[in-house]
Amino acid sequence: MERPLTRNIHPDRPPLNLKEYERTGGYVALRKVCSSMNPAAVQELVKDSNLKGRGGAGFSTGMKWGLIPMGDKAAHPTYLIANADEMEPGTFKDRLLLEGNPHQLIEGMILAAYAIQADIAYVFLRWAYHKAAGLIRKSIQEAYDAGYLGKDILGSGFHLEMHLHTGVGRYMCGEETALLNALEGKRATPRAKPPFPQISGLFGKPTIVNNVETLCCVPHIVNNGADWFKGLSYSDDGGTKVYGVSGKVKRPGAWELPMGVTMRELIEEHAGGMKAGCSLRGVLPGGASTDFLTTQHLDIKMDYKSVAAAGSRLGTGTMIVLDDSTCPVGFVHNLQHFFAQESCGWCTPCREGLPWVEKILLSLEKGEGKPEDLELLQLHTQYLGPGNTFCALAPGAMEPLQSALKYFREDFEKHVEHKKCPYD
Amino acid sequence: MLSITEKEAIDHEIGLVPHKRATVIEALKIVQQHRGWISDESVAEIAEYLEISPAEVDSVATFYNLIFRRPVGRHVILLCDSISCYVMGYKQLYTALQSKLQISFGQTGPDNRFTLLPNACLGCCDHAPALMIDKDLYRDVTIEQLDDILQQYT
Ligand code: SF4
Ligand code: FES
Repeated sequence: MERPLTRNIHPDRPPLNLKEYERTGGYVALRKVCSSMNPAAVQELVKDSNLKGRGGAGFSTGMKWGLIPMGDKAAHPTYLIANADEMEPGTFKDRLLLEGNPHQLIEGMILAAYAIQADIAYVFLRWAYHKAAGLIRKSIQEAYDAGYLGKDILGSGFHLEMHLHTGVGRYMCGEETALLNALEGKRATPRAKPPFPQISGLFGKPTIVNNVETLCCVPHIVNNGADWFKGLSYSDDGGTKVYGVSGKVKRPGAWELPMGVTMRELIEEHAGGMKAGCSLRGVLPGGASTDFLTTQHLDIKMDYKSVAAAGSRLGTGTMIVLDDSTCPVGFVHNLQHFFAQESCGWCTPCREGLPWVEKILLSLEKGEGKPEDLELLQLHTQYLGPGNTFCALAPGAMEPLQSALKYFREDFEKHVEHKKCPYD
Repeated sequence: MLSITEKEAIDHEIGLVPHKRATVIEALKIVQQHRGWISDESVAEIAEYLEISPAEVDSVATFYNLIFRRPVGRHVILLCDSISCYVMGYKQLYTALQSKLQISFGQTGPDNRFTLLPNACLGCCDHAPALMIDKDLYRDVTIEQLDDILQQYT
């Protein structure tokens, strides 16, 4: 089984420096592109590979790039941004790539920038990744010194500047347009679309924002071709995926596997199954903002379509496991606390609704809940659902809640009936 | 007044963007790095330097979790209170920290040594529960380890 993204990552060893990265085939893709491919050909190749954005939304990367105005009429500077903000609870997969092989990301970014003829690239890094920050800063410098960044890269006439921006902690920065506001020195509230960032993004200029894992795939696609990339996968979506599991399993962690492995394989083989004395009750398959799946879904494939068909989202592919010793109401309360806190406050349903949901869940946990509280929670899942708020934060928050009300309803009811948390 | 070093660092950032108000977050980070937190005075100084209103600077400063608008101790403990750490027992760690340091979330001890803050996911959910002191990350933390960890910070 091929693991292009993590083959050279050894968590117990320091990451590859420039020389080592080159020895493993690093920057060969960049040489190839600079000497023999035009931007349109790179875009076409990535479109053919069926690479979909690994940040959660799963949109075709090649298609996204295709929306950038190209040629003489295009506005410049054009920006490319690596979204390394990854702040959703339970999501930690990009850390592996950032700390393990920073040059892979940088090469991916240069290739992506070439494909859209960007002039300036940013790594927007989550503040908590201090170790990655140092590594990326050093690697960017190494790439400049080697002539992979700066003016006239490898004699191709293509110029690119690259900077590292470290965040100051706000989940909203992971939202594409909010991230742009943060880079412009503003509060990270999302922007109205259209105009889409591809037309008017950072500082009003064309901008592409891609997730770290997405960008790390690009050098391998350029080196090995679209069919090879598609062939890595067990499903229609191209490539491998860095999956993760956290919670009460024997070996929590992250692993690169073919897109479309089953949830069962992830939990039972890679994560080693549940810890002694616990059994599995539910899984958030792709981070804190995805719907619960349960034991009946263990055999579904972890790809965009299959997880959606089961009623959830692949999201970031990092699963959080709910075991039978953890109270589902407490679990969901913790999630809603996070979302209420991270709401940017821009629109009323989210700003007012999430704290309300949080309060109801708290009173249930304390044994002060009333039967109508479940009704109220259910109503919120509609009022804060898709289409009622300015961005996807509130609807995302409602996903674990609505599915918990569906799958673990008796736990909610017991809190009301017995006037206490049955898990205490 | 902003110090020469602060100004130089901010000027460097200004050179990277089309208009200088875009550097307000960087400026806040720089000033906080030197002074530990952002006072009303710091807000006013940054505003003056970037030629925007203090209210604008403050609106940005109060939006981001890691810009401190109140003084903090010599070391800041960020305890992850998000979901994987919740499942793996962050609450027990919190109770232990509270009794060891005699402070709750949001407080600084009288010796000014530690400030204890709750923090959303630290990005190492596979090694929950986790906490961060200044820039040092501690993973798979147990109550038994806390004394050894804290002892490194004076
Ligand atoms: S849904 Fe929430 S996070 Fe999104 S814009 Fe509205 S208030 Fe902000
Ligand atoms: S939930 Fe605590 S580190 Fe992610």
